[in-house]
Order: sequence, then C-alpha cells, then structure tokens
Amino acid sequence: MSTDRRHWLKGAGAALAGLWLAACDKLTQDPRAVRVLRRAETLTYRAQRAATDRRALAREFTVADISKDFRANGSTRPDSEAYQAMLADNFADYRLVIDGLVEQPRRFSLGEIRAMPARSQITRHDCVEGWSSIGKWKGARLGPLLDLAGLKPAARYVVFHCADTLEQTLDGTGQYYESIDLIDAYHPQTILAYEMNDATLPVRHGAPLRLRVERQLGYKQAKYVMRIEVVDRLDGVDESGRTRLGRGRGGYWPDRGYEWYAGI
Amino acid sequence: MTGKTKVLIRRHSVVTRITHWLNVAVVSLLLMSGLQIFNAHPALYWGAKSTFAEPWLSMSKQEIGGEAHGITTLGGLTFDTTGVFGWSGKAGMREVRGFPAWATLPSWRDLGSGRMWHFFLAWLFVANGLAYWLWGLAGGHIRKDMLPTRRQLRLSHILHEIGTHARFRFPKGDEARSYNVIQKFTYLAVIAVVLPLMVVTGLCMSPGFNATVPWLIDLFGGRQGARSVHFICAGLIVAFVLVHVALVIVSGAWNNMRAMITGKYAIETEREAA
Repeated sequence: MSTDRRHWLKGAGAALAGLWLAACDKLTQDPRAVRVLRRAETLTYRAQRAATDRRALAREFTVADISKDFRANGSTRPDSEAYQAMLADNFADYRLVIDGLVEQPRRFSLGEIRAMPARSQITRHDCVEGWSSIGKWKGARLGPLLDLAGLKPAARYVVFHCADTLEQTLDGTGQYYESIDLIDAYHPQTILAYEMNDATLPVRHGAPLRLRVERQLGYKQAKYVMRIEVVDRLDGVDESGRTRLGRGRGGYWPDRGYEWYAGI
Repeated sequence: MTGKTKVLIRRHSVVTRITHWLNVAVVSLLLMSGLQIFNAHPALYWGAKSTFAEPWLSMSKQEIGGEAHGITTLGGLTFDTTGVFGWSGKAGMREVRGFPAWATLPSWRDLGSGRMWHFFLAWLFVANGLAYWLWGLAGGHIRKDMLPTRRQLRLSHILHEIGTHARFRFPKGDEARSYNVIQKFTYLAVIAVVLPLMVVTGLCMSPGFNATVPWLIDLFGGRQGARSVHFICAGLIVAFVLVHVALVIVSGAWNNMRAMITGKYAIETEREAA
C-alpha cells in the first residue's frame, strides 16, 4: 500500500470513528432517543418478574465470608440538625412513620421495631459501580410492619423517605428517597436493619434504620429511613402540578438516570 | 487450453449478512457502554466480594514526584499508562478515569446513561444472536459451513493450514469455496463460547437473576468473578475483531467486503476454454 493511500485510509478511519462517537453522544442527550432506550428497562423488569421466582431468596453466606472492608457510599453522616439531635440522643426520640395508603397510619419507636418479627441474613451488597461487599444484617421484616398499618387496596409501591440530602437543590429533590414494589416489600429477606455484623447499625451504614432489599443493587438499600409512605403511583403530582415524590421516577438515583428496578 | 477464470459464488446468506452487520454495530456500542460502566469502579477481583486492597487489575491516578500519573496494575505488575488508562484527556484537562473518553459511551462520565445503553443493546444482542443460531441450526448453516469436516480435522491438515496462514497464503480456487479449518475453529469459539459467555456473565451480575439461578454464578466463583470473566471475554472479542479485520484486509479486502454485503464472493477456478 502506498503511503498516500495509507494516510487517506487512516484519516477516513479516524473521521468515521469521530462521527460515530459524536452521534452516540448526541443520541444520549436527545430526549426522544432516551425514551426509546429507556423502554428496555420496562422490558427487563417485566421479563425478570415473569421469568423468575418472585419468592426466590438471595444467596446467604457464612460468617467467614463477611467483608472486613465493607464500603459506605452516598451519605455517610446526614448533616441536618434534626438528625444530629436524634443521633446525640441515641435515637431515643426517633419514630418511624408509616403512612400514605394505609388503613391506620403508625409511628414506631426503635424499641418497638426491635420487638417485632426479625430476620438475620448474611448477604452480598452489590454497588451499581460494580463492587460487592458481604455483611450480616438483622432487622424487622417489612411485610409484617406494613400489615400493622394495613395496606389500602390501591397501594402499589412503598416509598422510603430518608434523613440525608445528597444534593443541595432549591426544590428539595436532593433529599434521598427510594421505592420498591409490593413483591419486594413482602419478600422474606426485605428488612429494616438496625444491626450490622452483630453490632448496632453504624451511622455511615444508615443508623438507625436501613432498608435491605436483597435482590436489588446498593442504591435501593435506603439508609437513614425516617418515614415509609405507601402510594399508588410514583409520578403523582400535587394540586400545583409539582411531582409529589422527588422528580417522579421513584428514587434519588432513578431521578438522575438510573434504573428504578435495580434487580439488574 | 486451460486458463484461470473468475467466478462469483454465493458466499453468505442474507441472514448471515444482516446478523453480522447488526452485531458489528451492537457489539461496538456494548463495548463502549461497557467501558463506561467499568469506569465507575475500574478494578477487578475474583470471588464473590471485592477485596479492595487486592484487585487483580486496577486503573487509577497516582501522584509520583508531585506529578499525576495514570497507573495500571495487573497482578503484581505496575505500568505507567498516563494518557490512556487511569489518567487521560487533553493536556490541562486530564481527568481520573479507567478508559479514556474516546473509548466510552457516552464520552463523558455518566454511569446511568452507560447502563441505559448497555441494557437496551443487550436485548438487541440476544435477539440477534438467537435469530442467527436458530436459523443456523435449522437451515444447516452451522452444520454445513461452520463445523469442520473430517478431512479438515486431520492433524496434518491443521498443521498445514497453520503454516500457510503464518505466511499469509490463503486458500484459492475450490479450496476457497468454504471456510478453512482455522476460520471454522475461530468463528465457532466466538459464536459458541465467547459471545454466549458474555450473556451468561452479564446475567450473573444481576442480583435479581442470581436469586433465581444461584448455581450459575458459582461457575465463575461469584459475582466479582463473573464481572472479571465478562471483562476478559470483552477483551477476547476485541482481540478477535483486530485479527479478523486484519485478515479480511490482507486476504482480499474488496472481495471479502462484497461477500459480506452482497453475498457474492469471487474465486478463481481452472477451467477448460471452449
């Protein structure tokens, strides 16, 4: 091959690669393209729910498998005054609120939650970033807790409102929250953990209560859970037309482009 | 008298051609969005959990003598990969990232968008692969074109083919009507082993899927093992494509491209002139 031709080929190759990259970047910023790409998430969710055993348990490990270097991502210490005050008081005044589409809104102290049907499990925590850590969790099963409040027939999702603000925003959408469907809410391994590795749940891992929904990724495991709200939809709006929950996609990270269903 | 005549034979069926080019696009985008996802935690481990202090592969930025360097570690080895892995970008605008901007989709750091692309494309990839396999098994493409013949499996033949390949001498005439034994082995390794492994190891990183099919992840020693095998297989695909494209070019770029686009492939045959 002559040098001229080789140069030409190289130039053409680089130009094509550049165009390809620019086109992909453009599509990523095009709302219509994103809408099409996002359809795959619904397909994945439906396919997993249809093809897999809804009651199947996540793998449980042995004490020997527990990570000594379990990472803490996201907030590691909520800075709100209310949280700091509760922490200083060892969460004596903490009350978990359960409301929304329930027959009887409830408030539980930590002592009451610790007295409820509990479960211990040694499970793998998979961060969306790609790493995994194994830890032991003990907590109150969410299902019986919800039954104490009694779900109304319209109930579809369980929303967890958290004490931490991960991003400072004017409209308050930087407040951490997450949500799951009723299949995961009533899954036997879904607990509100108050112990980690046989010790009181540390602040960096979500004290006083952290959701464990073992068949989904780490960002679904909401820390610093303050209030549980039962809803019929995640994208509902109030009278003034503002989304009631964050930006309407069911969670802090889903609002920022991550899948709501994080079983993948 | 005898002379050489060029004849056009039917080389690739329309199904092969469509699935091939769809795969080119889909696998390229899967690779790039996959590197975006890798960049969220550019380190690999074996087993079920991450042993953060001992990855078998890692890319990071390190300060050496007051200067930033991209450092890649592989096993016990350390490489300075400034500008490519760990620390890359235009001078003055360098950033910490596993793979550089030109290799990822999107080019900027955005794990959410990378996952959105990756899982959309994964469905296309699986649908395309299933279409190819179903048609290949039912229509006889796998049996007739991909499986080596008894003659091709003879050791002497295999050694001979390796020898001629090493000298860039490719089959001509009637020999060129079908894939040679090295081609068959390579293509089979890709379509029957590496590409399906990508799907399986990909699924093994899904915590929902793990709960349903817990034994599958054990084949890879756990989730971090599955993530490592996923990465290694992606590397094997890149290696295959590099060799494949190089051989396409040296063994008759135009003829090969025409065959994969129009289906027609030119071979030279000895023919008695009338």
